[in-house]
Amino acid sequence: MNARGRVHKYGDNVDTDVIIPARYLNTASHKELAAHCMEDIDKDFVNKVKDGDIIVADKNFGCGSSREHAPIAIKASGISCVIASTFARIFYRNSINIGLPILECDEAAKDIEDGDIVSVDYDTGVILNETKNKKYQAEPFPEFIQNIIRKGGLIKSITE
Amino acid sequence: MGMTMSQKILAAHAGLDSVKAGQLIEAKLDMVLGNDVTSPVAINVFEENNATSVFDNTKIAMIMDHFTPNKDIKAATQCLQVRKFADKYDIKNFLDVGQMGIEHALLPEMGLVGPGSLCIGADSHTCTYGALGAFSTGVGSTDMAAGMISGKAWFKVPSAINFELIGKPQGYVSGKDVILHIIGMIGVDGALYKSMEFCGEGIKYLNIDDRLCIANMAIEAGAKNGIFPVDDVTREYCNGRFQGTPVEYTADEDAVYDETYVIDLSEIRPTVAFPHLPENTKTVDEIGEKEVKIDQAVIGSCTNGRISDLRAAAEILKGRKIAKGVRCIIFPGTQKIWLQAMHEGLFDIFIEAGAVVSTPTCGPCLGGHMGILAAGEKAVSTTNRNFVGRMGHVDSEVYLASPAVAAASAVAGYIIDPEKL
Repeated sequence: MNARGRVHKYGDNVDTDVIIPARYLNTASHKELAAHCMEDIDKDFVNKVKDGDIIVADKNFGCGSSREHAPIAIKASGISCVIASTFARIFYRNSINIGLPILECDEAAKDIEDGDIVSVDYDTGVILNETKNKKYQAEPFPEFIQNIIRKGGLIKSITE
Repeated sequence: MGMTMSQKILAAHAGLDSVKAGQLIEAKLDMVLGNDVTSPVAINVFEENNATSVFDNTKIAMIMDHFTPNKDIKAATQCLQVRKFADKYDIKNFLDVGQMGIEHALLPEMGLVGPGSLCIGADSHTCTYGALGAFSTGVGSTDMAAGMISGKAWFKVPSAINFELIGKPQGYVSGKDVILHIIGMIGVDGALYKSMEFCGEGIKYLNIDDRLCIANMAIEAGAKNGIFPVDDVTREYCNGRFQGTPVEYTADEDAVYDETYVIDLSEIRPTVAFPHLPENTKTVDEIGEKEVKIDQAVIGSCTNGRISDLRAAAEILKGRKIAKGVRCIIFPGTQKIWLQAMHEGLFDIFIEAGAVVSTPTCGPCLGGHMGILAAGEKAVSTTNRNFVGRMGHVDSEVYLASPAVAAASAVAGYIIDPEKL
C-alpha cells in the first residue's frame, strides 16, 4: 500500500475546528464535509487539493473535538495520508477507525515543505521526499492497529 | 509495579489483575455516549455494517444538545435520525429537548456515571466524569458504533502525570482557574495520550463543580482522561444519584508517573486563556487595564454551566449592569440546574443586569448558534476552547475565563479581575 502526492504543509496544533468548522456539522455527508475541509485555516485548500495529495503538519495535529467529521473531511477531499510530528489522540484513533492512513514522523514533519512531492510506503514506514531526494523513517503501526487496518476498519475487525 | 487510578479501572474492566502503560487491552464499557452531531455518524456506521442490535439499551446515552433546539433543517434532520434509531432500539437514555441538558452536565447529574465507571463518549469532553472517580474518555463515532454493538472498546493503557494539589484557593479562584493555570504550564499537548491524575489535600477545597470543570478540560492538555480520587465530596454527590454500584479506586503508593507536579492552589490567580489556544494563559494581574475590550460574555457550557458557576456569576452581577455594547449570554447546563437557578432568584439578577438566559445547549461554545461572533469581535467565555473561528468568524477572538471573571468583564466591558470591579 502506497501513497504519492503533493504536500500541503501546516504548523503546530491544527485543531478540528479549523479542519471542519462546527457550523458545518449539521451534516454527516462526506461530500459536503469535504467541500469545507480546512476552510478556517486555508480557504484555498479545497480548490488546490488533488486526489492523492498529502498533508504534513507539526505537532498535535487534530487537537480539540472528537468529531470524526474531521478525518472524514480530509479523506473525502482526496488526501491520501497525513504525516505529523504527533497527533491528538482522538484524531489518531478516528483516522485508524475510518481508514485514513496517518504517520508520526518528526523528522519528515520538520523537513518537508509545502509543495514537495512525497511518496509513502505504508508497509515499511519509509517516507520519500522526491523533491528534496531525502528519506525519512516513520514509526510503524503496532500489530494491533495493523490488524484493524488489514480487516478494513474497526467495525469489520469486531464483527468478524 | 503499582497502578494509577486509571490503570486500575481499565484492568478491572478488562478482567485483568494488572495492566501497565502501553499495553493494548479490550475493556467492557459501562456507558457509551453520543450527541446530535456524533450519533448520526455512528448510526450510519452501525447500519452500514448491518448491525441489528445494541449490547445494552440501558448503557447507551444519546443527548440532543449541540444544535438544539434545532437551529436549522439539517440539524433537525440529524436529531430526527437519532430519535428514530433510539425508538427502534429502545435506547433508554435518549434525551431530547425538554429532558436534555448539556451532556457532560447531564450524565453526572442523572447518575449515569459514577465512581469506577468506564465510559466512552463521542464527544471530546467526555473526560469530565473523571471528577467522580470514573475512567472516561472521548472517542469518535466509529468507536461509539463499535461500543454500541459490542459493549467493548480497545484502549492503549495510558501512562500518567500526577498533579498534587495543595493549599486552598483564594478569593475568586475556582476550578476553571486551576485547570487554565495547569494547561498554561504544560501546554495543549502537555499530557498527550496520558492520564492527568489529581491528588493531594487541596482537593478537599474543590467542590464537585470545580472538579467537573477541571476534568472537563483535561482534553485541552491533550490528555486521554483526567481523574480525581473519590472522597466525601464525591460520595455525597453520588449518593442516591448514581444508578450503578460505586467502586472506589485509589492509586497504588508505588504507582509510576511520568511526571509529578505540586500545585499550590493558594498561589493561583484568576487566569484567562488568550486566543487562539487554551495554553495562552495570563493571570488577571498580567492583563492591562482596558487591554481587552469585549463584545460578548458567555457564561455556561459543559465546563462552567453548573449551579455554583451560575451562583458565582450572580454574585458579581447582583445590583450591577452589563456594560453598554456587551451582550451577556448565560446558559445553564441542564433543566434541573435551570430550575434551581430560577428558584434561587439568580435569573432575576441576570435579567435585571441585562443578560439573557438561554435553554441548555452547546450552541455558542462551538459556534453553532445562540451567540455567534462577527469578524473582529471579542468574547470572554467560560467555555473550553478558543481556537480560530471557534465561536464564529475566523477573525473573532475568544478569551477563556471563569464565571466570576466573565461576569465581572461583562460589567466592566473589558477583561478585568473581579476584585477590581
